[in-house]
Amino acid sequence: MDAVFKALADPGRRKLLDRLFESSGLTLGQLCERMGMSRQAVSQHLALLEEANLVSTSWRGREKLHFLNPVPIHEIYDRWVKKFERRSLKALEQLKKQLEGERHD
Amino acid sequence: MTETTEHVYVMYIAATPKRIFDAIVKPEFARQYWAHENISDWKPGSPWEHRDPETGKVRIIGKVVECDPPKRLVITWASPAEAADASAYSRVTFELDTIDEMVKLTVTHDQLVPGSSMEKGITQGWPRVLSSLKTFLETGKPLPTWAKATR
Repeated sequence: MDAVFKALADPGRRKLLDRLFESSGLTLGQLCERMGMSRQAVSQHLALLEEANLVSTSWRGREKLHFLNPVPIHEIYDRWVKKFERRSLKALEQLKKQLEGERHD
Repeated sequence: MTETTEHVYVMYIAATPKRIFDAIVKPEFARQYWAHENISDWKPGSPWEHRDPETGKVRIIGKVVECDPPKRLVITWASPAEAADASAYSRVTFELDTIDEMVKLTVTHDQLVPGSSMEKGITQGWPRVLSSLKTFLETGKPLPTWAKATR
């Protein structure tokens, strides 16, 4: 999970993930467009994202296509977000009950 | 042919390829982490269905294209409501590669209609299913996400 947090800690890499969220299966060349980064920098970011398993790849002939792999993000969600979310949902539910209760009083 | 889109999901799981393969094709395992069962005789050309064991409702149907346990499984995939429409069928490939003590499970879902409700559904579904599968195989317990549905 350390690799995932490290990979997510860079705005350029997050931008690459956003691009892959918009369109699935892009080549390195396509990912370099509108990134304002050198091809080498994009390539290095992609290697790190792939290492963290946030980007999956697949070969089509001689072209390497990149995909967003949100599975590790889902694990973070399960581990770090959901339990807090559940608590706040419960609080909201209680608040709703109280407010609705008051209206009836 | 109309343009299609694909998604590729990768998950590393500390389990044997056989356990992972069984978890996909055997109803008694799938219902525990997926809240659904995949029913088929898993012979190429045979139909398969993705079914809710509680209600018996069939959510996904298709055919087995390839089945090479415990390495590779290829199936077609469509909503029962669109069973008659050949263009509504997408394809799912499960590939299992052993890397040291882990198995790299790659799920490729291709031949999808871009922007379709099926595409939206599977992009939400696969990360959740794979995450739950990993937890189930590595800890013996499914994720709480599914616990309610399997109770």
